[in-house]
Amino acid sequence: MDIATLDKLCDRYAHERGAIVELLQTIQTEEHYLPRDALERVSANLDIPLSQLYGLATFYRAFSLKPVGKHQVLCCTGTACHVRGAKRVVDHFRRVLGIEIGETTEDGLFSLHTVNCLGACAVAPVAVIDGVCHGEMTAANVEKLVRQYRSRSGE
Amino acid sequence: MKGIEGLKAWQAAIQEQRDPDATWIAVCAGTGCLSQGAADLAAALREALIRHSLEGKVEVKETGCRGFCEQGPLIVIHPEGIFYPQLKAADAERIVSETILRKQVIEDLLYQDPVTGRRHIHEGDIPFYQKQMRLVCRLNGVIDPTHIGDYIVHGGYQAAAKALFEMEPVQIVEEIKRSGLRGRGGGGFPAGVKWESCRNAHGEPKYVICNADAGDPGAFMDRSLLEGNPHSIIEGMIIGAYAIGSHEGYVYVRNEYPLAVRNLQTAIERAEAHNLLGDNILESGFDFHLKINRGGGAFVCGESTALMASIEGRVGEPRAKYVHTVESGLWNKPTNLNNVETWANVPLVIEHGADWFSAIGTETSKGTKVFSLVGHVNNTGLVEVPMGITLREVMFDIGGGVRGGRHFKAVQTGGPSGGTIIVDTTGAARPAEDRDEHERGPALVPESLIDLPVDFESLTEAGSMMGSGGMIVMDETTCMVDVARYFLNFLTEESCGKCTPCREGIRNMLAILERICDGRGQEGDIDLLQEMSDTVADTSLCALGGTAPNPVLSTIRYFRPEYEAHIRDRRCPAGVCTALIEYSINATKCTGCHACFKACPTDAISGEVKAAHVISTAKCVKCGSCLDVCKFDAVVKQ
Ligand SMILES: Cc1cc2nc3c(=O)[nH]c(=O)nc-3n(C[C@H](O)[C@H](O)[C@H](O)COP(=O)(O)O)c2cc1C
Ligand code: FES
Repeated sequence: MDIATLDKLCDRYAHERGAIVELLQTIQTEEHYLPRDALERVSANLDIPLSQLYGLATFYRAFSLKPVGKHQVLCCTGTACHVRGAKRVVDHFRRVLGIEIGETTEDGLFSLHTVNCLGACAVAPVAVIDGVCHGEMTAANVEKLVRQYRSRSGE
Repeated sequence: MKGIEGLKAWQAAIQEQRDPDATWIAVCAGTGCLSQGAADLAAALREALIRHSLEGKVEVKETGCRGFCEQGPLIVIHPEGIFYPQLKAADAERIVSETILRKQVIEDLLYQDPVTGRRHIHEGDIPFYQKQMRLVCRLNGVIDPTHIGDYIVHGGYQAAAKALFEMEPVQIVEEIKRSGLRGRGGGGFPAGVKWESCRNAHGEPKYVICNADAGDPGAFMDRSLLEGNPHSIIEGMIIGAYAIGSHEGYVYVRNEYPLAVRNLQTAIERAEAHNLLGDNILESGFDFHLKINRGGGAFVCGESTALMASIEGRVGEPRAKYVHTVESGLWNKPTNLNNVETWANVPLVIEHGADWFSAIGTETSKGTKVFSLVGHVNNTGLVEVPMGITLREVMFDIGGGVRGGRHFKAVQTGGPSGGTIIVDTTGAARPAEDRDEHERGPALVPESLIDLPVDFESLTEAGSMMGSGGMIVMDETTCMVDVARYFLNFLTEESCGKCTPCREGIRNMLAILERICDGRGQEGDIDLLQEMSDTVADTSLCALGGTAPNPVLSTIRYFRPEYEAHIRDRRCPAGVCTALIEYSINATKCTGCHACFKACPTDAISGEVKAAHVISTAKCVKCGSCLDVCKFDAVVKQ
């Protein structure tokens, strides 16, 4: 997001009460994380202490302070998924990608996160990759999906 | 557009345009079906229609969730109502050429009852739907949520018009009170009583809020309603706002639920465009503006005071409840907050009357409840049942029993901190909304209680709760100590950290549970957990901490021997806790098919084809992949 867009965004939200979380949501959606310079700009523009912005950014699960990979893997570890073996799916992603939860692969291709419910509990366990939901995940599926996304990126 | 007449004229005009005998296909586009390929299916159907020159003649409509997610992706062909489940894009051609063109039912695509083997043409004949009473969800599989006309044609917004033109605000409050409608967000607080307190509170402006945080993992009913029929929630909020005297409302919904946010946004815009929201609604003189607030995804933000803090742009921390939100809520103004499903019930009550509504359900729990029936049950999905139905009926008649012929062990209701029961025998005496939190809490219902009626009181008496609607069925392969550990882990992450008992207490209880699961449990751990539970429950600021011990207490209460096996025998009877199990291969049963060898992610299995294989315990990560693929029962988990 360039500075002009960011400034426009700030203007839009400046007069709306309590809209700061909404503003951060918009940046997160665009950038997939909250870059420090964007937060600094918002802080200066709206006269909100940077510490307050970081307070919000670290409180809400939706925000990330680190850039994420090209493909975002979200594994559901909600209750329905947990009882149907979500842990094995997560562990398998960790092994196949060689990263821990919250990390990004060195080539910047994948990042791995867990979430608490994706709303597809009926087809648990569930994983979402780049917004596409995959139900009834198994260890075998994990490898297949990772391979698919890898080849899609031409790696 | 003016008044009820205006709405009815619009409804008639749409009806006029629509041929009741026209063929159209409803493709379920709920999250469950989408994850199983519903979008590809819809595209394939459209292409097939083009191939047969039927475009423009037969409409393909993407609707909200029909509930039977287990069988997705699924479609219904109207007007006959032919139901085809578990489709693939490749089936589209046959469906169009045989069923659409030649009106032939394709036998092998029909739903087959796994018990009787019979095939059924209509949804209504399937056991999964037979015991349901779909009122709140009635339009979910029928309308396209992005087309307001679909809602209008089914009488949409007429309840709001009735309220605005034919009823006084106090009359509406009375009607809701008389209906016995109780909050569906878990608290079970009488909605009418809450409305009345807010109406009578001093201060302007007043706010109404829809709690669509839907943060309970394993419960997706609120989200499905929002995705599938957003107008019903808007309509409920208009009625409530008018009754309370509010002109401004918020829907607090998670940004992580993009479809819900999108469909609601569209619905609000359409409603505004047709003078159903905004200034001077239907020329009644009543103004109501509705905004979406995209929540940041924190479980605690489902709690009413934390939610309001979040809307104000602050960190979502709850506050102590001696000041009631109906008197001083959002921006310290009187605020009435209800759950999605509660709001969606309101138009039904106004349209059909309190007597009609209160005839459904039990003495103290009126109407229906939507549950997300998930876990180890055959027919997973979204079910709506009249209050008072037994757990057995929900789990076995509707849910089709436990998967894979295993034994039922427990059902978890109420989410990690959900599930509240409030027994308000004294009626309106105490201000609305504010007591609910203390009695929230999840509980596990063991098999012995399976004939309990599902209503607020019966479940409470049995030491369980109804909760917000998650019903997670667990079979014998579930470890109850692990379940308790799971919930405390969740709550440790979601605790906002404001008060010490919750922040530190839950964390330390988790540490004890972790050591039990790791085989390092100590004699006295169970007593210690119970003691800490009391402290955390009694001294936490909000219900997140107040109810956090419930999964621990209820599992100890019903499954104590399982805890003891972990602590004394270093054994996990369900075979879940990895530190306490080991995999091996039974050499006499192993045929050397090599399947486990290929499946093992860590190369822990060795052996030649056609000779018995061996697992190296040093390399084994206990993922269970070998057990999954073995067709000869040769992999042993101990
Ligand atoms: C930790 C916590 C999380 C909650 N999450 C939700 C939620 O996701 N959705 C909801 O409707 N209510 C939730 N509640 C309950 C709300 O505080 C409130 O009681 C309810 O929304 C009131 O609406 P109702 O009377 O219509 O049920 C939660 C409560 C607590 C303590
Ligand atoms: S618990 Fe995983 S999708 Fe709901």
